[in-house]
Amino acid sequence: MNHPVQAAKFLEDKSNAKWHDETLWFVRDKRDLSSKSIPEWEKLRELASGIKDNVLSNLDSYLVEFEKNAIKNGIKIHWAKDAEEHNQIVLSILKEKDCKAIVKSKSILTEECHLNPYLEENGVEVVDTDLGERIVQFLNQPPSHIVLPAIHLKKEHISEIFHEKLQTEKGNNDPYYLTQAARKHLREKFLAAKMAITGVNFGVAETGEFVVCTNEGNADMGVHLADTHIACMGIEKLIPKREHLGVFLRLLARSATGQSITNYNSHFRSPSEGKEIHIILLDNGRTKQLGREKFRNSLKCIRCGACMNTCPIYRRSGGYSYGSVVPGPIGSILSPGIDLKKHSTLPFASTLCGSCSDVCPVKINIHEQLYEWRQEITKAQSSINAKSIAMKIANGIFSTPFAYKISGQIMRGSLKILPESVTYSNLNTWGKERDLPELPKQSFKDWYKNKGNE
Amino acid sequence: MNSREQILSDIRILKIDNSELPTIPQFEYEADIIESFKTSIKTNKGEIISEEALMDLLESGEFVNVYSASEPYSKYSNCSLPEDPHELKNLDLAIIEGYFGVGENGAIWLDDSKLGHRVLPFITEHLVIVVDKKTIVPNMHEAYERIGQAHSGFGVFIAGPSKTADIEQSLVIGAHGAKSLRVLLI
Repeated sequence: MNHPVQAAKFLEDKSNAKWHDETLWFVRDKRDLSSKSIPEWEKLRELASGIKDNVLSNLDSYLVEFEKNAIKNGIKIHWAKDAEEHNQIVLSILKEKDCKAIVKSKSILTEECHLNPYLEENGVEVVDTDLGERIVQFLNQPPSHIVLPAIHLKKEHISEIFHEKLQTEKGNNDPYYLTQAARKHLREKFLAAKMAITGVNFGVAETGEFVVCTNEGNADMGVHLADTHIACMGIEKLIPKREHLGVFLRLLARSATGQSITNYNSHFRSPSEGKEIHIILLDNGRTKQLGREKFRNSLKCIRCGACMNTCPIYRRSGGYSYGSVVPGPIGSILSPGIDLKKHSTLPFASTLCGSCSDVCPVKINIHEQLYEWRQEITKAQSSINAKSIAMKIANGIFSTPFAYKISGQIMRGSLKILPESVTYSNLNTWGKERDLPELPKQSFKDWYKNKGNE
Repeated sequence: MNSREQILSDIRILKIDNSELPTIPQFEYEADIIESFKTSIKTNKGEIISEEALMDLLESGEFVNVYSASEPYSKYSNCSLPEDPHELKNLDLAIIEGYFGVGENGAIWLDDSKLGHRVLPFITEHLVIVVDKKTIVPNMHEAYERIGQAHSGFGVFIAGPSKTADIEQSLVIGAHGAKSLRVLLI
């Protein structure tokens, strides 16, 4: 995956790209308004960051405590070292219950594990129940944003998909009408489902409970009607105590959409009588990231999406240009840890302006980590490329005064006469969308010398 | 080594220095918390309703199937809590008592003991929650202090009706859960 190439594709549809940029900026604005309504906002960010530091420095003991308490509450705990094992566990629970269909609420972790295709290959029908996720599922696409999965689509497009899949009126693009059609369609799925899957926003070590936040209520519709609830959770989602939920729930929705809280915040501690709750604790590279001191605190992320909404690159390149389950600035520091080669262009998809770090509710130094990854990637790319050759030549020129003087004269002369096809050739990526500055007649040194003679 | 042992040992081997757990200070608040609760509910697209308005609504016959888990309104119930929660699928209105409300965001805490079936506040077409004014706390920190170590299998903060903005960021009320939330402050 090559970010600049994909971003160029996204920018081909200029009006859509403009809409995407402006809409996400609007969400960022709402976040600002909402955060500024709380005088202690900065203190809350510090607390959240400090709590997560404590979690990451004692993750083993919190995991054991969480497990012990959850088991006491009648929850079944599973451990998965990677995506494959995670998926196998889900399938084994489905097989044990002789279940062929599941309803799923938004879970980035199951996207990370590619659970849907795995289950489908094994003859299980998977229904994503978050409206945005259902829309992209109809299109066989992944979400393009972790909070706003269908932000890359226009209502006309959604109307066409719904006409085909849900037999809505052709050409009726009204969001209310389309949402009601989805409500009706998904109610049938909820009522029929025996098993429901959710992600987890926070797991509390002290109580063994976990919290799931939605605005649509889809997670709750799914799990309370089903007999079995499987909660898929990354091991970094833990927090030590229940009281810490107060800090995180104040930050999460305000950072994500500018709401003061999501409309449904469900705390699952033990199953209803006759029902089952399973939790799958997933590693999948998280312990590796924990071991990378420079990148460790990327694991503090609570998946609010604020860094995406504010990022000048994300807004102008779209979620798909990243080719990673979590796109945007945070995805660009998480994904290279999973596959450095595949995601080598992502840390460069940034202006390093630092806005992502400024809005991050858990104070991850995202832009600094992007810079660190660039260095790791440059080190890892030992093969000769245009940039490294150019740098070597530049090094020679700048370290020899004579070469510097001569090459300056040559450039000032030749750039004027060389045809544009040469000066703006593909080798000069900086020349894309940019004009070279007008060339001075003489160098600064010559000008200074002459000035002294005047 | 099984995956549990593997994951735990992969973490332990890192020997990360302990970072102290910070203490949450008491945050001050000035605003009238009942007023901010009302404003929050409205911002969340809920509605604050008077007792008279609720009575009118109940007597209007607009809601065919009504279930009240709140004693003072149980005479308006025309269905009882079924054994199987799926049978709630045609419920038009549920009335539930909340434990307490939160001023800063309009969230109302409900748990197993108030719900009967956990799906009740989600599956009903419309929802009324009765909240005692005296129970309102200013913020989420005091909310969790108030819940304390109470043990319930399921608990939920509900702050508004079901909503979505997944189509072009246009706000639509009534995605999968209750299409409206009315809050009666007593």
